[in-house]
This record gives sequence, structure tokens and C-alpha cells, in this order.
Amino acid sequence: MTKAIVLGASFGGMEAIKNLLFMLPAQCTIPIVAVLHIGNNTIDTYLSMLNKNSHYNVKEAEEKESIKPGNFYFAPPNYHVLIEDNFTISLSTDEKVNFSRPSIDVLFETAAWSLHNELIGVLLTGSNNDGANGLKTIRELGGTTIVENPETAFAKTMPETAVKISHPHFILDLKEIAGKITELTNE
Amino acid sequence: MSLHKTEIQDIELNLLLQAIYMKYGYDFRNYSKAHLKRRILQRLKLSGLKTITEMQKLILWDTDFYKIFLKDLSINVTEMFRDPDFYAAFREKVIPDLRTYAHIKVWHAGCSTGEEVYSLAILLKEENLLEKTQIYATDFNKNALEVAKQGIYSKKEIDLYDQNYKHAGGKHKLSNYYTSKYGSVLFDKSLSKNIVFADHNLVTDGVFAEVNLVFCRNVLIYFDKKLQNKVLRLFSESLTKRGVLCLGTKESLRFTDFDNKYSVIDSKMKIYKKLPETK
Ligand SMILES: C[S@@+](CC[C@H](N)C(=O)[O-])C[C@H]1O[C@@H](n2cnc3c(N)ncnc32)[C@H](O)[C@@H]1O
Repeated sequence: MTKAIVLGASFGGMEAIKNLLFMLPAQCTIPIVAVLHIGNNTIDTYLSMLNKNSHYNVKEAEEKESIKPGNFYFAPPNYHVLIEDNFTISLSTDEKVNFSRPSIDVLFETAAWSLHNELIGVLLTGSNNDGANGLKTIRELGGTTIVENPETAFAKTMPETAVKISHPHFILDLKEIAGKITELTNE
Repeated sequence: MSLHKTEIQDIELNLLLQAIYMKYGYDFRNYSKAHLKRRILQRLKLSGLKTITEMQKLILWDTDFYKIFLKDLSINVTEMFRDPDFYAAFREKVIPDLRTYAHIKVWHAGCSTGEEVYSLAILLKEENLLEKTQIYATDFNKNALEVAKQGIYSKKEIDLYDQNYKHAGGKHKLSNYYTSKYGSVLFDKSLSKNIVFADHNLVTDGVFAEVNLVFCRNVLIYFDKKLQNKVLRLFSESLTKRGVLCLGTKESLRFTDFDNKYSVIDSKMKIYKKLPETK
């Protein structure tokens, strides 16, 4: 059974995550933890907009918070998000990974270590290489991996690298991803 | 049932931490596991070793390797007036209180290379409080403490520090407080007159002074819940009645045992005040 979804996006990600979230049906309450490379100044408005317009409780991930259904957590700007074995969140100010903090790889890797096959990893649009190795780890440890189709993604470098490195289970257009998540979490 | 590779690594990790504690007395057993595991697997890759068990052998028998390893585990990232909004809030909401004290004692725990300590000293000086303040600045990383004592920093960072200083409500110019030489800046000795830098391990050492103010920013995030509670107890025992506790902006008392033992002075900047009935 899937316990959580981890989600990564970079350039073009604000729009992509918004669209994905709005397409998820109301009965889908699986917790989602996301890293979106986004500036410090825009995050608050963005999160409250998502929160207002979706059935998820959208919030910034907090140190030592337990991960709960119905919540959609975003990494705070300038902090890595890690998932612990006891299904809580840790933050860290370690050096940047892939020139990024928060880094998608850090989230994906630590999530895979704690959740193995009870995890879905989703990587969307972006123009750097973050997330590919993390997605590979998710796959190796038994989780399900989905990458947005590089051909139709807003920026293709990130999904393209991930496809090459991680050989994901599914490569889908953005509008198909919500359906796939629903299907996988209903099993 | 066969164990997952990562589960075997978890066993190895626990054994390694036990070994380090027994051999060197450094206790990482209650640090955040996800964080430790990342650092350790990184070192594993870099040194071409296959398993944490192989690494344990090196850590026990090869002190040079252990030193490198110890560096991996300690994150000393810091800056002057880090989170300027925090210092602005501190100025506005804590300083008036401190003014009423005859004498102020501060414990700066996990001070790393000292940038934060000099920031606080500058702020107190501008509020005319430095003369009556005693600052104990501690860390368990001796190299970091050595840098802190010197008060010499690279000039490369100074532009950022200057911006932070202004944003934090600095009253003069940051350059009033240091002298430049070659690529470095040296902070004024008048700032460090009342600062004592000392080696102190938050996990294994106890209370060493009663203080009005505890500064411990961006240290607790590396600990697990249990250890966070243990260290918060240490702070509570060290603080005077109505003493003030300042945590990092992404740390909070919220998911700890101490949530109801403090009142909130600034919820966003994580400034708390010990309730009078808290021991
Ligand atoms: C990320 S730095 C934070 C520095 C500074 N307080 C700041 O916020 O900019 C964390 C510091 O905590 C120290 N530290 C970690 N574990 C410790 C322990 N058990 N006892 C004392 N210091 C510790 C590290 O050596 C490091 O200098």
C-alpha cells in the first residue's frame, strides 16, 4: 500500500504542480511531500493560493512534523527536506546538492530509504538535473516512479535526465499523471 | 524473511554509532538518522568502500580517517546576521526586557565559527548593553571554536554580511567593527572582551551556568525528537525565570515536550520566553 508521494519540480513547476493538484480527485488524500525550486518571496502566496483552491491542506514542511493524510507539504526555501523512518520530517541546511537547496534528490533518497515499496516518486518539469538519482533510488528500493513526458513538459532537461538515469515505470503527460496516481493509490 | 539492503544498512549504521561512542565518546546515536545516513553513504562512495561495516573498521583503527569522517558529520554552515528578520525582531521584542536587567548572561550553544556571536555582540553594543553582558559561546567542534576565537573571516562574505546587518536594523556600518587586511577581516577585540568560547557537547555535557538568554539556532534540526527534548531540558534548566530562548527560524517547540512550557514572543522568528512555573 502506498503511504506517500514525493514530488519534484523546478523551472515551470509552479504551474505544473498547481495543475496536477487541481486534477486530483477529492477522495485522494495520500500525503504528498514536494520540493519545488522557487524563490523565497513567492512561496507564501503560492502555498496559500493552492491551499484555498484544493482539498489538500497545503503547508510548509515543519521540523519533526509527522506526515499525515490530507496534507501537502512543501520544502521551505533554503532547507533540504528529509524523511525519517518514523514517518516524520527533518529539515537541514547541509550544503547544496545539484546546486539546489532544497534538493529533490535528498527528499527522494531519504523517502526511498524509509518507505521502500510504499512510495511513489513523481518528477515534473525542470531545467537542471536534480531528482534523477533520487528517482533511481526509489525504483531500486521497490517504489513506483513516474516522470512527466519530456516532450510535452514545460522544460524538458530534468525529466529527460530522469528518464535516462532512472528508467521510470511510467512516462506520462502532465494531464495523465493525476489519473495514474489515483489508480495506483486505489490498489 | 530477507532484509532489504537499506535495513541491513540501518543495522550497520546503529553499530557504527555505538562504536564511535565507545571509542571516541562522541554520541551521535540520537542525531537525525536520515541525515546521518546521507552523510555516511556519501563518504562511503567517496572512499570507494562497499559497506558501512568496512568503514567501521577504518573509523576504529585509522584516526586520520575518523577525523575526515567527523568533519562530514558536522555541518558548520553559518553567517553573520543570518535571518536578518530574526535580529530585527530580537531588537524590538527582547532588548527592552534585557535593558531592565542589572547584568545579562547569554549562552550561545552550537556557535560554530562564531559569526552569530559577533553579530549578537554588535547588536548589544549598539543598544549599549554589551558592557553588562557575559556571553558563553560553545560548540563541540574544536576547529570551529578556534576560528570563532580568532574572529577572522574571509572578505568574500562581507558584502552579504553587510546587507544582512542593514536588513537586521544595524545602526551604523558593519565596517565600524572590523579592520581589513589582505583578503580577511578581523573583528574588534572590544566585541569579544566579554565572550568566553568553550568546548561543550550538548549531548553529553550538563548545565554549566545560569543564563538569561539561550541562543541555539540551527543545531536542533540535526537531532531526533528524543535528543531535541533532552537538549531543551538542558536549556530549561539553564534559563533563569522568564529567560528567553531563541531557536532557528525553522525550528520550533511545537512538536516537542516543551511546547506548553514557554510563551511565544515571536512565533515566526522562534523567540520564546520560559513560563515562570517551568523548572
Ligand atoms: C549549522 S551550525 C549552526 C551555527 C549557528 N548557530 C547558526 O545558526 O548559524 C550547527 C553547529 O552545531 C554544532 N553541534 C552539533 N552537535 C553538537 C553537540 N552535540 N554539541 C555542541 N555543538 C554541536 C556543530 O558543530 C555546528 O557548529
